Amino acid sequence: MRELTYLEAVREAMSQEMRQNEDVFILGEDIGVYGGAFGVTRGMIEEFGPERIRNTPISEAAISGTAVGAALTGMRPILELQFSDFITIAMDNMVNQAAKIRYMYGGKGKVPMVLRTPAGSGTGAAAQHSQSLEAWMAHVPGLKVVQPSTAYDAKGLLKAAIDDDNPVIFYEHKLCYKTKSDVPEEQYSIPLGKADVKREGSDVTIVATAIMVHKSLEAAAELEKEGIQVEVIDPRTLVPLDTETIIQSVKKTSRLIVVHEAVKRGGFGGEIASTIAESEAFDYLDAPIKRLGGKAVPIPYNPELEKAAIPTVDDIVAAVKETLNRQ
Amino acid sequence: MAQLVNLPPRVQETDLKGLLKQMWLIRYFEEKVDEFFAKGMIHGTTHLAVGQEASAVGSIAVLEGRDKITSTHRGHGHCIAKGAEVNKMMAELFGRTTGYCKGKGGSMHIADVEKGNLGANGIVGGGFSIATGAALTSKMRNEGYVVLCFFGDGASNEGSFHEAVNLASIWKLPVVFVCENNQYGMSGPVKEMMNVEDIAQRAEAYGIPGKVVDGNDVFDVMNGVGEAVERARNGEGPSIVEAKTYRWKGHSKSDAKKYRTREEEQEWRAKDPIARLRDVLVQEGLLTEEEADNIKAEAKKEIEESVEFAKDSPMPTIDDLMEDIYA
Repeated sequence: MRELTYLEAVREAMSQEMRQNEDVFILGEDIGVYGGAFGVTRGMIEEFGPERIRNTPISEAAISGTAVGAALTGMRPILELQFSDFITIAMDNMVNQAAKIRYMYGGKGKVPMVLRTPAGSGTGAAAQHSQSLEAWMAHVPGLKVVQPSTAYDAKGLLKAAIDDDNPVIFYEHKLCYKTKSDVPEEQYSIPLGKADVKREGSDVTIVATAIMVHKSLEAAAELEKEGIQVEVIDPRTLVPLDTETIIQSVKKTSRLIVVHEAVKRGGFGGEIASTIAESEAFDYLDAPIKRLGGKAVPIPYNPELEKAAIPTVDDIVAAVKETLNRQ
Repeated sequence: MAQLVNLPPRVQETDLKGLLKQMWLIRYFEEKVDEFFAKGMIHGTTHLAVGQEASAVGSIAVLEGRDKITSTHRGHGHCIAKGAEVNKMMAELFGRTTGYCKGKGGSMHIADVEKGNLGANGIVGGGFSIATGAALTSKMRNEGYVVLCFFGDGASNEGSFHEAVNLASIWKLPVVFVCENNQYGMSGPVKEMMNVEDIAQRAEAYGIPGKVVDGNDVFDVMNGVGEAVERARNGEGPSIVEAKTYRWKGHSKSDAKKYRTREEEQEWRAKDPIARLRDVLVQEGLLTEEEADNIKAEAKKEIEESVEFAKDSPMPTIDDLMEDIYA
């Protein structure tokens, strides 16, 4: 099978959908000839034209609301926000409008839109261009939240997100854009709410999201040399969350570590830890649940400080050993 | 009628008696709601548009059935003018399953998406970009409909106003922004909150027409909005129409109205939009006194019946709580 980068997989998912569904279009800043801040839509305006690759003014409040209005009247817009930090400006439309319209209207009307946006640190872009704010969105009933970690997952999850009749926040991690995996040429859909076991293991379960999936897999490879078998689960979607896969894994390994880049305090890891604490898997635990997350600090510019603000492979290795009471 | 109000041909055929009826329906609906809040028969909050009937009815009178509206927190009048059933509206305020939102939305979220009412809105300025998005659908699918976006004087100070009007202008979208300037944003007088005389002047900043009309004169509203709607339908883009009016009641249910004088209120009561329409129709021989009284009595009866309908309707059950969050 051919390999694609994560970035190419996102583009291909959109292009294939747009070829067969006239209602799907993209709007966002600099997504036209410029190709988007990270180049995801490069070449698309040439194929689909400026009506369907709609270059917008720098108006996150208006373009998010316009996506809501277009979705409410029958279109299936994909909104690209240049950096996920700017979701603050689109927040009212996502939280107060998109998420609530169907419920407030007593089940009438729907808002089938996808808000795609690059998140995460590691590019030296500092505090206002590096955040991981997915827990905010996961907190809001009415939204779905997707965080793919591989090219294969990105393509299939984006297809599912576009097909979904609800507003979906689709977080693309910037450092994942260049990662590659085997990606089928044909369209396929990965259901929202289905976790993926990225690596099987019997000693400890790591639930990790986005770039932390890759770091956890690195840590697992290292620990294997010492005979420690780590299971790595990528929930892929935070809402809906595949609690069953996580519970079953913890019942098998009796140990759980949750890793995400987002600030640990109030982060989604707390939700996963609580889910296990409230489940039948609690009785199987042989060690306290550990959470690894970003430090409670704005992401700094200096590259060494930036790296230190979020969990590293070494941190994950150490956490696994600690959980297993090994030095 | 042509010599009297100089209406465009389509508007000349308007059922002017029907407009009078709608205005009475709004008046009686609002007064009933006011009474029920005072008696504690309805909970939550509500914002009444008594005195503003002409801007709602006149604006919507020039629309075609396929056209759409977005409304505001003070939206009962818009809903009635767009053809909402008062039974379902009253039932919604009573929190019943027969209400427009099955009792889950209440006063600020009445919507009828199928019939082109994209919803009242509890967020001031929340409708600007939703209307813009609905107009984008019209344009992209060549559906030919126009969207009327109602907003208040206060909302024109929200950032969402600037972003959405600019976007609608550059994309030449078929949307008309109708400002109902009722002189106060809650307690804030327009004169203290902006340094322009007319909100319509702001249109110039977006390169679109801005027009002031007498919001208590239904014909003036029809002329102004009708022209803007025609322009929008012809693909010439958005306009702002500012209807100067006045809300007779306070902002919401608990308002001592300390920010204005009783004299000022009396001045505006003398400009009662319903009495003005009635008098013109009688003077012009389009309506007898008796017919006018009958229209008023019919409207009163319909609202009284809506109360019975609402009271006789079932309450939602706890099983309904978690329904309709996702499509």
